[in-house]
Amino acid sequence: MQFVPVFIGVTLLLFAMRAIVPGDPIRMIAGEKSIPETTYRIIVERNHLDQPIYIQYGYYMGDLFHGDFGHSYQKGRDVIEIFADKFPSTASLALGAILIEIVVGISAGVISAVKKYSFIDMLLTLSTSILVSMPVFWLGMLLQSIFGIWLKNLTGGAISLPISGSGGPISAYPTFLHYILPSVTLASVSLAFTARIMRSQLLEVLSQDYIRTAYAKGLSKRDVILKHALKNAMIPVITFIGIDFGTMMSGAILTESVFSWPGVGREIYLAIIQRDWPIVMGGVVIIVIIVMTINLLIDISYALFDPRIRYGSKKAD
Amino acid sequence: MISFAFGKARAARLDAEGRAAAQNRTLWGDALRRLRKNRLAVVAFFWIVMMVLVALTGRMWVPIIFGDVMYPDSTIAATMSRLPPSWQHPFGTDSLGLDVMGRIAYGAQMSLSIGVIATMISTTIGLLLGSLSGYFGGLFDAVIMRITDMFMAVPYTLFTIALLAVLGPGWVNIFMAIGLLGWTSICRVVRSAFLQVKENDYVSAARALGASDFRIILRHILPNSIASVVVYSTMSIGTAILSESALSFLGLGIQPPEPSWGLMISEGQTWLASAPWLVICPGAAILTTVLAFTLLGDGLRDALDVKGN
Repeated sequence: MQFVPVFIGVTLLLFAMRAIVPGDPIRMIAGEKSIPETTYRIIVERNHLDQPIYIQYGYYMGDLFHGDFGHSYQKGRDVIEIFADKFPSTASLALGAILIEIVVGISAGVISAVKKYSFIDMLLTLSTSILVSMPVFWLGMLLQSIFGIWLKNLTGGAISLPISGSGGPISAYPTFLHYILPSVTLASVSLAFTARIMRSQLLEVLSQDYIRTAYAKGLSKRDVILKHALKNAMIPVITFIGIDFGTMMSGAILTESVFSWPGVGREIYLAIIQRDWPIVMGGVVIIVIIVMTINLLIDISYALFDPRIRYGSKKAD
Repeated sequence: MISFAFGKARAARLDAEGRAAAQNRTLWGDALRRLRKNRLAVVAFFWIVMMVLVALTGRMWVPIIFGDVMYPDSTIAATMSRLPPSWQHPFGTDSLGLDVMGRIAYGAQMSLSIGVIATMISTTIGLLLGSLSGYFGGLFDAVIMRITDMFMAVPYTLFTIALLAVLGPGWVNIFMAIGLLGWTSICRVVRSAFLQVKENDYVSAARALGASDFRIILRHILPNSIASVVVYSTMSIGTAILSESALSFLGLGIQPPEPSWGLMISEGQTWLASAPWLVICPGAAILTTVLAFTLLGDGLRDALDVKGN
């Protein structure tokens, strides 16, 4: 398991960054005002900030193993509590985006592979190139101005979508509508990659001998593609979607910024700007755990798609 | 006799053709011929050339055509503010009354220079570590691969933001951050290319002849695995430009009054409803430029016959 070295590496790197970053975090909490010397001492001692950096690292790791992610410098709350607040909105956004990615990405990839070199294939391939070349935040703003402003004015409010994460306590829209534009934005780049990987994998599988055999048996094109080809072309696609899901679960800073979405990514971004290191550390540790767990699940899921891959005591050849 | 002479002339002609063809029969000659047939890639190439020219010469002619695009003239700023696109200002003006097209031309310098330099940094690191890791394997390889795992477990944007928070904003720091954190994928590309090429007989032959490791890497393996590096670097210039725009959008990249495409979008966000050109035009500049690098990379991949994902 590669988990342990990666985990130690990431935490060490963050500690090193914290050590060289300019600015005293405690003085930054106080802002313009001066801070009483006794209070300062208390905060320093509580966070072990007077110790050498490797001792601080030891304290931090020790606390982590007790399930203590630390305490925010500025918000006066436990880090784990802050993320427990933010995580549901990130997770639900990620779920919406991953659904779009799976449905649209895979179908676009399959269509372009089946209709190889046709007009629709070229159109889809060019669209995926355009999507991966687009700044995500720009796409978000375009969607906002099309659905939130332009269409709304054009149709007198009949067709419009909410342009931010929450409409306040009284929203003019049902909750699920708030998800549409952010999840499309978040899914855009990934669905383009999914479509590309799906297309190239499927094309490779379709040139195999057993596909010719399947056709020779008299199976219809539909059956050959759905039952024989697709399953065998799936593994790289699943790998990509899985990794991508891990990335989405760890927050989407840009999408969250454009749509004022109260998620994990934005929280960590703000913490970096404000030098609130316990939040940054805790957030990254949580991200690493999530990403690693999802990677493990992807590995296990291979066995579902390819019976040749088996885990357990019996040695696979 | 006649037929013999005819045959001889024909043979000579065929021979000349054969030699001419043989002269072109290098990997790069073939690739260039195939690339020229790819219309999208050719268009992309000329778009990039144009952008590079704008970036190199922009500071000389932009102020003459569009006036000062960095420091507004406060006496007329109020009347010039956020004018919609017109013949005089093809992309309109921003809230300080500066010409948007001129600012985009200025921004080309920022975006392209950062894209190219960051890619040079990441390619150099990735090429070095990837080739050593693929060639020698063993402990070195294991360590390098764990480091790349580490970078992949944390989202790239987050890492660049954290590094920029440490380094502080500015032109040099942006390409340092993007370049220093972007080498992992190219390292993997180079490593897998090396693992493939290493198994070839000519490598064993070179080793049997007593060639040093250094010579084998440089003369035998590298030339045969460089194609994927070229393809990948081309695309990664586009990715670096996107990263720069994202960082500038978040306020960590290029600082005002210096124009950068990402920064212009973030400045225009406030006026999205009333002056959408402030967001649309710089975004279109990013899109077309990055798209050009993506399409050229795609074209190169097909032309060089590199197996991509």
